[in-house]
This record gives sequence, C-alpha cells and structure tokens, in this order.
Amino acid sequence: MKKRWEILVVDDEPVMRESLAEWLMEDGYSVDTAASGQEAIARAKLREYAIYFLDLKMPPGIDGIETMMEIRKLHPEASVIIMTAYATVDTAITAMKEGAQEYVVKPCSPEEISLLVGRIIKVKNLQRENLILRKKLTKHYRFQDIISKNARMVGIFDLIRDIANLRSTVLIQGASGTGKELIARAIHYSGNRAEKPFVAVSCAALAETLLESELFGHEKGSFTGASERKSGKFELADGGTLFLDEIGDISPKLQVDLLRVLQERSFFRVGGSEEVTVDVRVIAATRVNLQEAVAAGHFRDDLFYRLNVINIEIPPLRERREDIPLLAHDFLERLAHELGKQVDDIAEGALKLLLDYDWPGNVRELENAVERALVTARGHVLTEDDFAFLRRAPQTNGWAAPDNLPLDEVQKLVIAATLRRTGGNVKEAASTLGIDRSTLYDRMRKYAIER
Amino acid sequence: MSIIAVAAAGAVEEQAMAQVENSLEGVFGVETYRMPPFPDPAYAYDPSRNQFSSTLVLREVLGRRPADASKMIVVTDVDMFIPMLSFVYGQAQLDGPVAVLSIARLRQEFYGLPTNQPLFLVRVRKEALHEMGHCFGLTHCRDPLCTMCLSTNIQQLDQKEARFCDGCAALVRGALAAAGDIR
Repeated sequence: MKKRWEILVVDDEPVMRESLAEWLMEDGYSVDTAASGQEAIARAKLREYAIYFLDLKMPPGIDGIETMMEIRKLHPEASVIIMTAYATVDTAITAMKEGAQEYVVKPCSPEEISLLVGRIIKVKNLQRENLILRKKLTKHYRFQDIISKNARMVGIFDLIRDIANLRSTVLIQGASGTGKELIARAIHYSGNRAEKPFVAVSCAALAETLLESELFGHEKGSFTGASERKSGKFELADGGTLFLDEIGDISPKLQVDLLRVLQERSFFRVGGSEEVTVDVRVIAATRVNLQEAVAAGHFRDDLFYRLNVINIEIPPLRERREDIPLLAHDFLERLAHELGKQVDDIAEGALKLLLDYDWPGNVRELENAVERALVTARGHVLTEDDFAFLRRAPQTNGWAAPDNLPLDEVQKLVIAATLRRTGGNVKEAASTLGIDRSTLYDRMRKYAIER
Repeated sequence: MSIIAVAAAGAVEEQAMAQVENSLEGVFGVETYRMPPFPDPAYAYDPSRNQFSSTLVLREVLGRRPADASKMIVVTDVDMFIPMLSFVYGQAQLDGPVAVLSIARLRQEFYGLPTNQPLFLVRVRKEALHEMGHCFGLTHCRDPLCTMCLSTNIQQLDQKEARFCDGCAALVRGALAAAGDIR
C-alpha cells in the first residue's frame, strides 16, 4: 500500500491555513497546520512532511524564508513551496536560492496548485520506488558479504564458487581495505568446510616467537610463561580454514615452518615432540606484492609457489567505482540501523563526491566515511556537506605541479604527510611509499622529519 | 436513516435546488428535505477580490444544521474563494456534516457563452455529488470519469460523469452502512 504523504501548511492567518489544509485533505493528503515559523519548526522536528507550504510574511518572529532554512537543516530533502500575496522578483530569487522548490503568488488557480503538488509527489513516489528497487538490486549484486557489479569482482565470485570445495591454498592480494578477509570468508562459507571453523590470524600483529606459538600451539613449560599446553590456530582450524593475513610480514624461520605444514599437513607444537596432523585449508593474504618480495629475497620462492596455487587479486576501489553507490547505500542501511539514525538515502551531490574521490583506504575508508557522515548528519538524507571532510583530503587527480618546487621539497612533504597518516609507523609508511625502511630512515634524517 | 438537509444561502433558482435534492436522493438513496433559505452571504464578501469566502460561509452555517439531518449542503449563487486559490466550486468538511456549493461558475454565461440550462443542471448534479462525497469521507479519485475526480476548471468538470466510479461507490455504500442506512 502506498504511504500517505503528509503536508504542513504554515500561515499566521487562520482562514488561509485552514482552507488550504481542507482543500489538500480533499485531495487525499494528510495535512497538519502551524500558525508560526516556530510552530512549524517544532512540528518538523517531530515528523517528516513531504511538502511544506510556507507563507513568506509571518509576524511576529521568523518569516517564511528563515523558517524554510531551519526546516531544510532538519530535512534537506523537504520540498518547500513559498506562498506570498505580492510577487516581487527579489523575494522570489531569495526563496529559490535558499532552496524553495516553488514560489506561488496568492491567489493562484486550483489547477496550478494541483499540478504543483502532483508534480512534487510524483517525484517523491519515484524516489521511494528507486530506493526499493535499489535494495532489490543490492541483493542481486551480493555474494556472501561482498557487494559488487564490477566485472573483475564478478569474475572473482565465479572463481570462488569454483574453488570453494577444494583444499588448494589461496593467495589473496589487494591493497589495504579492499576486503581480503571478506573474500577469504566467502571462500570458506560457500564451500563444504562452512560448518567447520574459520580462524583468522594477522601475522603482522605478533612478534616472531609469539606468532609461532599462536599458529602451532605449545607444550607446557616450552618457554617462560607457558604454564599450560595450548592448541595453536592450525589445530583450532582443523577441518576448516586458516586465514593468514599479512603473510608477507612473517620471518624467514616461520616461512620454513609454514612451508612444512603446507607440504606435510602436519607440524610439532612449540617445545613438543608429538607430530600433529591436521586437515586445514590455508588462505593467505597480503597487501604487498609478494612476487617482488620474492625477487628481493625477502620471501621464500618455494613458499610463494605453495601459497599461490590459486591467486586472487582484488582491485582497489578506484578501479571499481561503479560499486561505490551500491556499497555506500549498503553501509548506510546497516550503519544507520546500528547507530539508530533515521537516514535512508544519499543525495545526488554527495554521491558524486564519493564517486570522484580516490579512496586510498578503499572499501574500509568508504565505510568509515559513511559512518562519519551519519554521525553528524541532521537530515534523512546524507548531503554533500555531510561528506565535506573528504574534500580536505589531498587528491592526486588533476594535480598541477606548483611553480618553483624542488624535488627535495616534494619528497620532504610527501614523507612527512605519509608518516602523519600512518601515525608515525615507519614500516607502513615505507610500504606506502614503496621504499625500504632503511631508505625511509635515511630520508627522514636528511630532511629532519620526526616520526 | 440519514437525512440530508438542503438549503440555499441567498437567492438560488429553484431548478438548481431541485436538481441537488434529486441527485442526492437518487444516488445516495437517502431522504432529503428543504430548509428555509439562509440569508445572503454578504458577511463573507471580500471587496478586494469581489468574491465570497467559502470558509466564512461554511463557518456561518455550521451550527444551523437541523438535529434530525446527518448532513447538510448549502447552495449559493455567489462566486466563492479560499485565500490561496482564485476560486472554488465548493468546500466540504471531509467526513463531516456540512458542505457548501457555489453554482456561479457552473453557468455557461460565466464564460461569456449562451445559456445552456441542461448542461448547467448536469454540472450542478456533479458538484452536489462531489461535495457530498467529501462529507461521506471520500477524497479525490484518479479516475477522470468519476465524479470524485478533482476539477480545477470547467472543461475537467464537463469531462467527468455524474456518477461515482465502482471504487468510490463502494466507499459511499460503506459510509452509509456505517451510518446504519443500508445493509
């Protein structure tokens, strides 16, 4: 059933507002009235109206234009029709500039009002239909928890379906925030291991010895503090899938241990002599180019080939911009619910901003941006202003080289900015800049940059 | 049993009054009766517009509905308006007891055309049914032939028929049944 649209008529003259309200009610709308700008704003805070009829001149207090500006702050998508007894070009221009959808001079013909309201409602109905259709579409583009209509991503979905039931090792490559773990989970949950555990380990988070014990477990007394025997992630993942994130960060010793498990399907706990056999599918992920790490001698080539049986490369978000509206709306729906916000759409201007942005932090950054916009949003629709923080971030697109800028100065600026973004993390900054840590330290010393 | 009271406000030709009564009796199947005319609605005159406020007429006659009549329609020959609009053919209380109807714009003479009494009376019938339809809780119908369709000019009024569409007719029957008039 179609929702009944609600209209608010605001005029200080009782006969004026009541007669218009009655006339609109005869046309099937649900109509409320307010005798002043203040009352209108108070009502707009309580509920959302599809159309606001506002009288331009309303003494005392605030006039129609000021009332409209307040209402539009609350509901940026509201349609406002300004009514006035005398037409002056100036007030009409002011009203339209401030966002009035229409401007009518009293009295106008019934035909004019009827067409005007009909036209606005038609657009509102289409917007609502659009929202419903988009939700249906999102379902269509959803694979497990991943949403995409990008050809490369759809190719990945097909590949996942094909390999879900195999035990072959998978290597997922993709920049930070592209959703490597989501892909790993999708592989696990669409295959015959779905009922068994999915265990995720971030190899970058732990020191070498800790990671070793984390993966393989340890026997009681095997090292200081090992007061109990502990099962490792390999054992916990038995029958299921072990996801090793940031595999490029593991030490040479662990690379050997891991290679052995992949070859033998068995291992020893730290400090143990009993061989443990497991049935685990390993999915590894990396944001650095592992082939280059192999070429540079940082990563064992035999382990690389063991891991790289099936290779999945996730494109960065800027190479699948067609997914931005789908993803943004999906995040909006989920986050609005979580945050308890009554926001159900993203304005066209805001969407354009999202589409034009480069998303160095990929899908995760988009999710964070939607969350940040939602937190501060005041209306039922996210507007360009709600995403203003994105504009402050430097964009590489369309960048023009300034006059008189030495390369040394550029390097200094870029290194300092990157370190600021990584919160002083030299390793991450070096990786982002595509240089070695030692090189970065050299440059930091050279340009006197502090962490 | 519902009774609809019919009254003129000021001088209204007898043929139009009889047409209103016959139309309501025939289509709604209820009894009507004629009240003595109300005074000319001079109190509602707006000199700046040379028209009469339908809201003020409605307000004036609201308390004058006879106790035994569940609805009342007041017919006037003066041209009516509401402040927002250049004119109205009538004004009714939605799902309420009283409606007012202006027949001024239903005559061909209003548009500078020769008199056409049969056409005039058909228009009176359509608007009487339309305003009383509002009193029975009906809102405008999207069917351009249904008498509950909104007419914003005389061409649209002539285009629709002097009857309710099936959907609106069902709503009228429902409203009458709720009032205990039909089963």
